[in-house]
Amino acid sequence: MLNYLAKRLALSIPLLLGITIISFVVIHLAPGEPVELGTELGPKSGAAAKQALRQLYGLDKPLHVQYLTWLSRMVRLDFGRSFSPDGRLVIDKIAERLPITILLNVLELGLILAVAVPIGILSATRQYSLFDKATTVIVFVGFATPDFWLALLLMILFGVHLGWLPISGLRSLNYEYLPLWAQQWDLIRHLILPVLVAAFGGLAGYSRYMRQSMLEVIRQDYIRTARAKGLPEEKVLYKHALRNALLPVVTILGLSVPGLIGGSVIFETIFAIPGMGQLFVQSAFARDYPVIMGILVIGAVLTLLGNLLADVSYSLVDPRIRVGREG
Amino acid sequence: MKRGFPTAKLLLSILLGAWLLLALACGRKEAGGQAGGTPGTWQPSYGDSIVEASIGDISGLIPNITSDSASHEVGSLIYNGLVKYNKDYNLVSDIAESWDISKDGLVITFHLRKGVKWHDGVEFTAEDALFTYKTMVDPKTPTAYSEDFRQVKKIEVLDRYTFRVSYAEPFAPALASWGIWMLPKHLLEGRDLKQSPLSKNPIGTGPYKFKEWKTGEKVVLEANPDYFEGRPYIDRVIYRIIPDQATIFLELKAKGIDYTGLTPIQYTKQTEYPDFRRSFSKYRYLANGYTYLGFNLLDPRFQDKRVRQAIAHAINKQELIEGVRLGLGQEATGPYKPGTWYYNPDVERYPFDPAKARALLGEAGWRDTNGDGILDRNREPFKFTILTNQGNEDRKKTAEIIQRRLREVGILVDIRIIEWAAFINEFIKKRKFEAIILGWGLSPDPDQYDIWHSSKTGPDELNHISYKNPEVDRLLDLGRHTFDQEKRKAYYYKLQEILAEEQPIVFLFVPDALPVVASRFKGIEPAPAGIAYNFVKWYVPKELQRYTK
Repeated sequence: MLNYLAKRLALSIPLLLGITIISFVVIHLAPGEPVELGTELGPKSGAAAKQALRQLYGLDKPLHVQYLTWLSRMVRLDFGRSFSPDGRLVIDKIAERLPITILLNVLELGLILAVAVPIGILSATRQYSLFDKATTVIVFVGFATPDFWLALLLMILFGVHLGWLPISGLRSLNYEYLPLWAQQWDLIRHLILPVLVAAFGGLAGYSRYMRQSMLEVIRQDYIRTARAKGLPEEKVLYKHALRNALLPVVTILGLSVPGLIGGSVIFETIFAIPGMGQLFVQSAFARDYPVIMGILVIGAVLTLLGNLLADVSYSLVDPRIRVGREG
Repeated sequence: MKRGFPTAKLLLSILLGAWLLLALACGRKEAGGQAGGTPGTWQPSYGDSIVEASIGDISGLIPNITSDSASHEVGSLIYNGLVKYNKDYNLVSDIAESWDISKDGLVITFHLRKGVKWHDGVEFTAEDALFTYKTMVDPKTPTAYSEDFRQVKKIEVLDRYTFRVSYAEPFAPALASWGIWMLPKHLLEGRDLKQSPLSKNPIGTGPYKFKEWKTGEKVVLEANPDYFEGRPYIDRVIYRIIPDQATIFLELKAKGIDYTGLTPIQYTKQTEYPDFRRSFSKYRYLANGYTYLGFNLLDPRFQDKRVRQAIAHAINKQELIEGVRLGLGQEATGPYKPGTWYYNPDVERYPFDPAKARALLGEAGWRDTNGDGILDRNREPFKFTILTNQGNEDRKKTAEIIQRRLREVGILVDIRIIEWAAFINEFIKKRKFEAIILGWGLSPDPDQYDIWHSSKTGPDELNHISYKNPEVDRLLDLGRHTFDQEKRKAYYYKLQEILAEEQPIVFLFVPDALPVVASRFKGIEPAPAGIAYNFVKWYVPKELQRYTK
């Protein structure tokens, strides 16, 4: 097992290097440059000022030199400074947004699992029942509804007309002046709508996977055997069937780890949540290369780790895989 | 004043430089004692907060090195210049109490106010002004506004409160350039601007002190009780960053926001209900910018003046204002804002007249010889592409309406919409366009040398339509090299006549700015410069105050 882990880790280094080279080149190939947005079309901005900016950022050097400079900083875990006028460390910019995005995504994923897994199991065991049909319709409606539209409708209803929930942002303006319990309640109130809307759209995937794999499992011979030897139905379903049916869901979970740090831009924009999605898109529009590269590297590392994690947990759940690989 | 264009998200980045001066003009209060108040019962009193919505986050806290309007608006409350624009766009005293301009216009001597304090208590002196100048011209400073300061020949500090600048030739925009935000020498000397503590915790001389900036969330400022023109009435200014126009509007309706800009549809339709009318005051005045259809004058087809005039006649400007701005705007006749001292109202206009357009095109050799409804010349059909940038609904709609009108006179138009950075780099800079729809932001000074002068056609420069006219060059030169307002007026009047006759671009419309402010705020007096110029004199009467903590 350890051997296998080490091999996988070693393999991911050239992979990571390849990812950074491709990302670096592609970003620099995109038309436009960082000095553009600061200066272009301002009647008071001169050509000399632009050239000075280019030199300042090292953009006048050949691309491979720029990449090597970046890489040599990167191996020392130095993400560099943002090109934007605040000139902050890239790592700080990412660090202040990451917790918000992770919190939202974990809550969303948790809610999705808490609702979708039971739905999947129940509609598998009661296949073609009214429950099965109704939930199918509901989760697909959720899947098909544009989330920005649903978000706006709920904001109008709960924010403007009823005034029960805040419309946007993460905290109220008087947040600092509230006692601790009120601060937490304030945060929760702000999170209700975003988490709800995001989860509604994500129900379809997991509940369908769950239903499908449950259906497959309960048609297996060993389930029939379990029933034949007189086990109670609950035990058959929840002990024997469920554990096996969860396998594909675990894989998908592992693969969604990198997704935890990538926020949805549309979502964060509508709810005015300062998360990773916004940071990435703004950096892309501003051609803020250090920030873009920083996010991509972290994303790449997490994707590789996520894959690894999925494989490992797979082998934990399913002994056959473990044996197969060691053999 | 970014509120000038509520619909136009990307306008933020488009009207960049001009907004520098604009922010100066609008972010500050008016000089002198007019304790603003609606004539009537309300008494000015201190307290309360104002919550503004900003569609984009600020990019930094030292406005000298930023170029977005949000940063400039915040910066203008924290910092002062030596001079500023008042409500009628005249330059008046700010930190400089007075100034003398030598007869030949070469030397400006500023006399500074005594006792102006930085937020940390240190006094402002001429050394700070000198330091700001040095910072602006330092090649290591990533600023887009160094150009005006490069014209300075000599600069000297005469004593603690006197400061003299000499120019090689008289330079009219010189005085206005000293509206630049003054930076504290004692905190910044010998440090990298971007990495100095000031970039996180700015110290200025302005009416508001910096409290906090939560990235992507909000910026909070607090009143400076020792402000040299008196403590501002409103205690706190909070900019909430809400990147979505629809969300801003919902927050406004739920009264979570006190001050923002409206879109035309919101102004005319969606805010016309009793509760909104009770809770908010809407304002409307001409914005500082205009939208235009520009031609690439390197393209032989557009080098013919008759073709450009024909296109001007084929476009119905009134229809554009109705269709795009719901009537909230005014026809543009030249590159200046109607109502300013240098605006010439008596220039040639191009009323909507398709017949005349067709006649002019015929004179230029464009006729429909094969009967397909499209004009042609030497078997080449008249067909071109209008480029504009992504994210600006107004420009997209404008392009579509123009497309239809030009089709009616036999010109085929394609529309392409391109993301901003790519648009500038790949098309504008390389002159790879046939026609564009863009906007110019306007600064209060009429000098537009960089836009129209034939020497400004380089790839990084602003005359991207490649306009060359010796007479225009001469007028621009004369205009920027005299301080005499009457003479300048004559030069710029003539300039507008030539531009109107030549139509190097078709001047389309000047949109209205449509700001909205919660009605508990009193003391707002709309003027040519908008409403924000006397912000520190706004107040909320005690009995109406909402945020008491």
